[in-house]
Amino acid sequence: MKSIINYFKEIFSGLKSLVKGMSVTGHYITHPKEIITQQYPENKATLKMFERFRGEVVLLHDENNEHKCTGCSACEVACPNGTIEIIPKRIEIDGRKVKAIDQFVYHLQMCTMCGLCIPACPTDAIVMANTFEHAVFDRSKLTKILNKPGSKIMDGIK
Amino acid sequence: MEEIIHDQELESKEYFINMGPQHPSTHGVLRLVLSLDGEIIRKVEPHLGYIHRSIEKMCEHDSYQQIVHLTDRMDYLSCHINNEAVCLAVEQALELEVPDRVKVIRTIIDELTRLSSHQLWWGVMGMDLGAITSFLYGFRDREMITDIFEETCGARLTMNYNIPGGLFFDIHPNFQKRTKDFIAYFKKKLPEYDTLLSNNVIFKQRMDGIGKLSKEDAISFGVTGPTGRASGFSCDVRKHHPYMAYDRVEFKEILDTKGDCFARYKCRIAEMWESMHIIEQLIDNIPEGDYKVPTKAVIKLPKGEWYQKVETARGEFGVYIISEGQRSPYRLKFRSPGFSNLSALDHMARGCKIADLVAIMSTLDLVIPDIDR
Repeated sequence: MKSIINYFKEIFSGLKSLVKGMSVTGHYITHPKEIITQQYPENKATLKMFERFRGEVVLLHDENNEHKCTGCSACEVACPNGTIEIIPKRIEIDGRKVKAIDQFVYHLQMCTMCGLCIPACPTDAIVMANTFEHAVFDRSKLTKILNKPGSKIMDGIK
Repeated sequence: MEEIIHDQELESKEYFINMGPQHPSTHGVLRLVLSLDGEIIRKVEPHLGYIHRSIEKMCEHDSYQQIVHLTDRMDYLSCHINNEAVCLAVEQALELEVPDRVKVIRTIIDELTRLSSHQLWWGVMGMDLGAITSFLYGFRDREMITDIFEETCGARLTMNYNIPGGLFFDIHPNFQKRTKDFIAYFKKKLPEYDTLLSNNVIFKQRMDGIGKLSKEDAISFGVTGPTGRASGFSCDVRKHHPYMAYDRVEFKEILDTKGDCFARYKCRIAEMWESMHIIEQLIDNIPEGDYKVPTKAVIKLPKGEWYQKVETARGEFGVYIISEGQRSPYRLKFRSPGFSNLSALDHMARGCKIADLVAIMSTLDLVIPDIDR
């Protein structure tokens, strides 16, 4: 007799626990304002990334198409996986031959976004941008040349 | 006709089956070779190597600053704690004393990492047992922590916020407010976890008494973390060998004696409360000061050997550095908690059903890149 009572007791306590769990999910069905799902990409216009978010490395250019990179290769040394490749050239400033960058090659496909290159730069020429949609159809598009064509180094940066 | 049936051997034989490497409930590329008798497991043999990236070898030609970001890729759910272990080992070798501010910030972010890891574990474990709802609930709450990380550290998962000697940047001005908001929010939401899963009759029957691990076995297999503590093995590194600011906060080491799946489950839920308790004690008392000690651009450790262990969300994580005085270590060995915890799986799963193996594995909280490295 006792076992039969226990059997039914177990069934009812089990059902009760299920209803209790369902009450939590039921609460969210009836309170849709508490649901926090973001509708990406529909919210692209209003989506704002945090300023420190590390998306990709960019070389800053000002309005005169000038950058601060001296081609010292400090970022290349700091990078753990050979993402940054600096191809230097010699330019003449005031009759002296100075090292400058020919191409600042950035292999996005190898970048782990560790951010070690940013504090390594002595002239603060590079920063991490907030962009995050890096998908392309061809792998070669991921190898980027960061210095814009025709750009040159800012005056007074050594 | 009857004779033919009687002639055939109807006895069951032991047979083998592969679980993984592509199986949704192995949480990655883990291959388990199961030896089965009907549905009952006789032996479990984990086969590793599917996500081996030779991180330890890569460390041998990276500088000490570069090694830190590789540890993100091991146990990615407690990456901040892994980063910290390497930084602590290097600081120990350089005899560098980090400022109080760094200690407190590191501890807070450690505990946030532990919380987010346990939230993900809770969600994924529910999904392993067939409850998709819990997955969504776990990720909903985890989102707030990843937002805190994104704002302060600059990434959601592989944060790389620690450097030898301190932190990458100072905390974001919003950090304290966001963390307090999260604690207030999660204190209301954590009881929801209990109502949804912990008291559910189906869930309890799949967890209670399954996958028992005794204290002696836990010690002999080297099982640490919540898995070991659920068996009664007092192994919390934060308590026994305090590092950073853990010596100045008050918290309980969660211990259980049953050692089954439900005990491990309860241990982790209780740890979430403890983590929130630790953060509450520290968040208002972040001392002023520098966020890093300046180090040389090229760090060269003196000749010698150093070991540093920390408590990750899964157990004891250790870093063993042998230096020959160069800019990169001669040898670097990681002691990852997942590897030791996995070694006890065979012992726990013998005699269980296949469905129980899924429950045991999810309460072990395995992260496969941590096991393979």
